[in-house]
Amino acid sequence: MQAFLHQLLSGIADGAIYASVALALVMIFKATHQVNFAQGEMAMFSTYIALALTQAGVPYWVAFVLTLVFSFVLGLAIQRLLLRRLSRLPHASELTAVVVFIGLFIIFNGAAGSLFGYTLKEFPTPFDPGAWYGSTYLSSHEVGMILMTLIVLGIVFVFFRFTRLGLAMRAAAENPASSRLVGIRVGWMLALGWGLAAGLGAVAGMMAAHKVFLDPNMMSGVLLYGLAAALLGGIDNPWGAPIGGFIVGALVNLAGAYVVGSHLQQALALLVIVVVLVFKPSGLFGRTVVVRV
Amino acid sequence: MTPVRPTAEIAGPTGRRISGRMWWLVALLVAVVAAPFVLSSYHIFQATQIVVYAIAVLGFNLLTGFSGQISLGNGAFYAIGAYVAAVLMTHANLPYWATPPIAGAVCFGVGFLFGRSATRLEGLYLALATFGLAIALPQILKLDAIEHWTGGSQGVVLSKPASPLGGLLDDDRWLYFFCLAVAAVLFTVAWNVMRGRTGRAMIALRDHAIAAGTMGIHVPSYKARVFGVSAMYTGVAGALSALVAGFVAPDSFTFLVSIAFLIGGVVGGVASIFGALFGAAFIELVPDLTKQVSELWPSWHWLADVQWPAYGVLLIITMMVMPGGLAGLVYSVQLRLAARARGAQPPHSPRS
Repeated sequence: MQAFLHQLLSGIADGAIYASVALALVMIFKATHQVNFAQGEMAMFSTYIALALTQAGVPYWVAFVLTLVFSFVLGLAIQRLLLRRLSRLPHASELTAVVVFIGLFIIFNGAAGSLFGYTLKEFPTPFDPGAWYGSTYLSSHEVGMILMTLIVLGIVFVFFRFTRLGLAMRAAAENPASSRLVGIRVGWMLALGWGLAAGLGAVAGMMAAHKVFLDPNMMSGVLLYGLAAALLGGIDNPWGAPIGGFIVGALVNLAGAYVVGSHLQQALALLVIVVVLVFKPSGLFGRTVVVRV
Repeated sequence: MTPVRPTAEIAGPTGRRISGRMWWLVALLVAVVAAPFVLSSYHIFQATQIVVYAIAVLGFNLLTGFSGQISLGNGAFYAIGAYVAAVLMTHANLPYWATPPIAGAVCFGVGFLFGRSATRLEGLYLALATFGLAIALPQILKLDAIEHWTGGSQGVVLSKPASPLGGLLDDDRWLYFFCLAVAAVLFTVAWNVMRGRTGRAMIALRDHAIAAGTMGIHVPSYKARVFGVSAMYTGVAGALSALVAGFVAPDSFTFLVSIAFLIGGVVGGVASIFGALFGAAFIELVPDLTKQVSELWPSWHWLADVQWPAYGVLLIITMMVMPGGLAGLVYSVQLRLAARARGAQPPHSPRS
């Protein structure tokens, strides 16, 4: 029972990371109906920036904030300089965008490898390194991860629910044409969304890096679980995504420990996703889309 | 500019286009037959690899470009094809030339069943489900239960096919022509299918599934069959790739293979048959090219590090320059030329 609880809680801690990545994916999907396959690699690259800052002697939380600013600007710039142009080209299809995301994936992965090397690197944690108040279930870092994710989710919720800018961003995603008519600068709202998503990804990256160590391929598995989480929660539902993240985290950890062994974890997670998609394609909390023909 | 005769106008652009296409085809044929006699052995290997990739990219195009089902998992069928060929050659002692058809048949079955169960999924959801297949397959290949056949993580080593025309063609060139012959058959079949009833049904399915259903096209059955055919093409390519590499192992079939097919398909033009050739050449040659450029000046160490970022940048630039792939570019050039011959404004002016 104790081992079971340990696996469950540790899975929920991992789920915190998947939840952030899933929310980042959902934010971009809601606004543009695109899935950003480079989300994980952008987060990984930001985490390297954080590592470089802390190694240069910057205190952890200052480096944390600076990294968030860097990621935000990075996401904003990618949308403004690249994707905005792409969406205006004739003959551009959704597949063109997918290939551009793959190109970004390759660039960030390769750049991190050549700038910082391919060896595993230790990443600091702001939390106490040991067990959490003598608990056998969770380390302090894992508790910190969960708390951090909940705080970030809270901030995102407050931002979208109670600020004018958040309302404008939701409106721009929901109905760009009408939003433009009431004076919302839809293009900039999209860019802001990209910046916020990149920042969310960076938080996930910095939390994950202490646990799995930092290397250029750190986020590829996380991106996959994040996608799974987003789909499970319903890819058009921002509140479903984090819940999906926690479920996927717990499920994958438990299955890895008791059912299929660690080397089939990814396969099993994806099998579950396929089953969910076949029986409930809109996810657990997604809106069923009815198309008029 | 040559004046256009009225008869040609009546015959329509098709008459002229086909004869034009014939010349292109003849030129292409001469080039691919002559290629192995002028290339070094490494470049023959690359050319063979391009031919193999072309079959796989064509398989991707049939599924994604022509029938509108986005697949991020065709690499899984490539792996299955390769493993079927390897197991047949090592455990059933089949000759190498018998393996591609069997691999194709097996992959058709697997693809059909997968497509059958995935017909409810569309667009992004299908893409992710197939992506799951691509991720899961290398892990399944490593399973202990089937290690006797698959060799686990070690994989299987195959003997290289020997040339029956030893004096005329060495083994590498023989293999090149063997792959080329298979590719020629499969490209011809695809070309004819796409111009016939089935091809039009597939395109109707892509453009408006509900309307296609009303016209009497059985949507789920067609979708599953196209999935099977796409898997078959990819499986044949996989079997050939096993012969070319002389080796199969789970780690050569990561999801990156599926991504490569996607890149090849989109760069060549996803709803295009001959675009597959260009796409295949792109995914084989461009990463190699950036590697060679990065090694040109050995004293500049940082160049070696930018090989992959440079590939990513090239990929994005390619997409910005020709978002519809090479076929899209050719098509818009054709439209403009035709419009200019008629003396009218081009129908798709980019400034409009």
